Amino acid sequence: MRFVFKTDYNQDIRLLKHSGYWWSYGALLAVLIAFPYLVGSYLQSQIVFVFIYAIVGVALIILTGFTGQASLGHAAFLAIGAYTAGFLQSQGISFIVYFPAAAIITGAVGAMVGFPALRLSGIYLVIATIAFAFIVEEILARWESVTHGNEGMRVRTLDFLGQPIPRDSDAFYFLCLLVLVGSILLALNLLRSPTGRAFIAIRDSETAAKSMGIDLAGYKVKSFAISAALTGMAGVLFAHKMSFISPEMFTLLLSIEFIMVIIIGGAFGVHGAVLGAIFIVMVDPFLTALKDDVPVLGASLATMLGMAPDAAGKLRETMSAIGSAAGLKGAIYGLLIMMFILFEPYGLYGRWLKVKLFFQLFPLYKKATFKRQKTYVKSERNR
Amino acid sequence: MLDFIQQLVSGIALGCVYGLIALGFVLIYKATEVVNFAQGDLMMLGGFFVFTFIGLIGLDYWLGFLFAVCGMAVFGMATERILIRPILGYPQFSIVMATIGLGYFLRSIAGMIWGTDDLRIETPFSAGVLKLGDLVIAHDKLSVIVATVILCAVLYAFFNYTRMGTAMRATSENMLAAYYMGIPVKRVVSLIWAISAAVAATAGVLLAPITFIHSNVGLALGLKAFPAAVLGGFGSIPGAVIGGLIIGVIETLAGFYLPQGWKDVAPYVVLLIVLLVRPHGLFGPSMRKKV
Repeated sequence: MRFVFKTDYNQDIRLLKHSGYWWSYGALLAVLIAFPYLVGSYLQSQIVFVFIYAIVGVALIILTGFTGQASLGHAAFLAIGAYTAGFLQSQGISFIVYFPAAAIITGAVGAMVGFPALRLSGIYLVIATIAFAFIVEEILARWESVTHGNEGMRVRTLDFLGQPIPRDSDAFYFLCLLVLVGSILLALNLLRSPTGRAFIAIRDSETAAKSMGIDLAGYKVKSFAISAALTGMAGVLFAHKMSFISPEMFTLLLSIEFIMVIIIGGAFGVHGAVLGAIFIVMVDPFLTALKDDVPVLGASLATMLGMAPDAAGKLRETMSAIGSAAGLKGAIYGLLIMMFILFEPYGLYGRWLKVKLFFQLFPLYKKATFKRQKTYVKSERNR
Repeated sequence: MLDFIQQLVSGIALGCVYGLIALGFVLIYKATEVVNFAQGDLMMLGGFFVFTFIGLIGLDYWLGFLFAVCGMAVFGMATERILIRPILGYPQFSIVMATIGLGYFLRSIAGMIWGTDDLRIETPFSAGVLKLGDLVIAHDKLSVIVATVILCAVLYAFFNYTRMGTAMRATSENMLAAYYMGIPVKRVVSLIWAISAAVAATAGVLLAPITFIHSNVGLALGLKAFPAAVLGGFGSIPGAVIGGLIIGVIETLAGFYLPQGWKDVAPYVVLLIVLLVRPHGLFGPSMRKKV
């Protein structure tokens, strides 16, 4: 275990704490850059989705993980970003302009949602964001001159200063990677600045934050705006990746998926967003494998263990029937959410920290290090 | 004018449906400060239970009704024991997410077991209408209105005038203090989940002839009942029903008088406006935390 002896504040807030960080993150970046040349197009496209989900995850971690404001309306922010991109592109405006424009517009809408949040907390805030998302969804379906309503809208190939970037190309992969790395750096820098400290103070106790002189209203609105703007940028990438957008893609279920990203990944650190995004996006390929490969594998394994061929055939059919049952994805999602909340509330990143600490302290690791405090004296209602 | 009254009446019937589901939300919130997002799905499951008892096994309607309600009460208790008790005391949002996960899970499992077609059952209320002058009310809707009024009154009396109801309110305020006062907190929480699931099952059975039984019916209705509970001020039993009535009437009238598309959005717009003016709903407590 390396012990960093800190002598000043700048050392304490440094992003790369010691030389080991250079090596590990450098290696990670190298792998990510080499990825398009190593894997097939299907996997590459899944990784692009991981990047997009991870950007939304970072946005949600800023809002939910660090400011403590729950939101089940992030699909609406994604939709606003996506539709802004689609509409401005169809008006012949260049990517250089509409990418930041989408972020600014979504950020402004986010600030508007932030204002009611000044008075609402807890469950009332959750329902307000759900209501907001429903209203946005309905506006998208009705405002036909701009959004083409329920028919949906085609988004043309991304055009970067005259250079077309098709959605399956390596260039698109690198663009998404760039935006993700940018937003992670933004989040990390934000969180070590006074603004980020204020966010954390608001999460831990609004009353205490207020008495320390933190302007609750300003910071909450700021948090909503930043989170929405990041999600809007992800929306632009999402629109180009899908190449077709329609209102029913941005429902409450998508918002729940985004919340799942940070629950599974762990909401207390930016790493969680990326880990959770990998996990959520890879559920689909996993389901395909469950449908196609696992039954065959299971049957041949059973034959190898001495099962009669027709019995093995029946086993394969049963397994593939289970694998292709309608709604299996929902059941898996539901189980995942419940399991993570019950058994690993810190998410994958928390598990990683525990494993790391276990080896660092080897014989002296205590389980209680990560124990969360339960509070039975409820005050949420009186807040 | 008659059109308006007819719309109003069907709005009230719809509102009672929302109110009935909202009652379940409010009960659990009132006793444990847990928000159960799976309430609509519990209702859906109640519908499937009654379909199993009446449609598949062939029991009498009232017997099937009773079995479904008791079955759901046991199911509610089991849910509380397995899913909620271990995370009680953690931040509210993680419990909300756990119940959302439960809803997802129940929906797909129900779809796998009972299929994805619309199922229907024969009930004594299926046919027949009540005529008041020119006004026409179908019996199945009337049954929902009557059940909502009765359940609301019974539960209100239970919470305000019985020992157990008082114990539940105490538990909600401060679990630890309630425990020190000798209230069996675990049993109280178990019981409230059973009651809430039973109310959900009642809603599911009464709605079976109106909306039919389908695995997604809970999500759709739950998402309308939830604003109803919030509008009434989470934690107030009459508030839940009044909130449900407001949402139901607004939805029906908006569907009748306003251009297409307003029907689904109008309740949420009203909800947002109410929340902006009264952040704790119409009948919610308006106290602030003091330091």
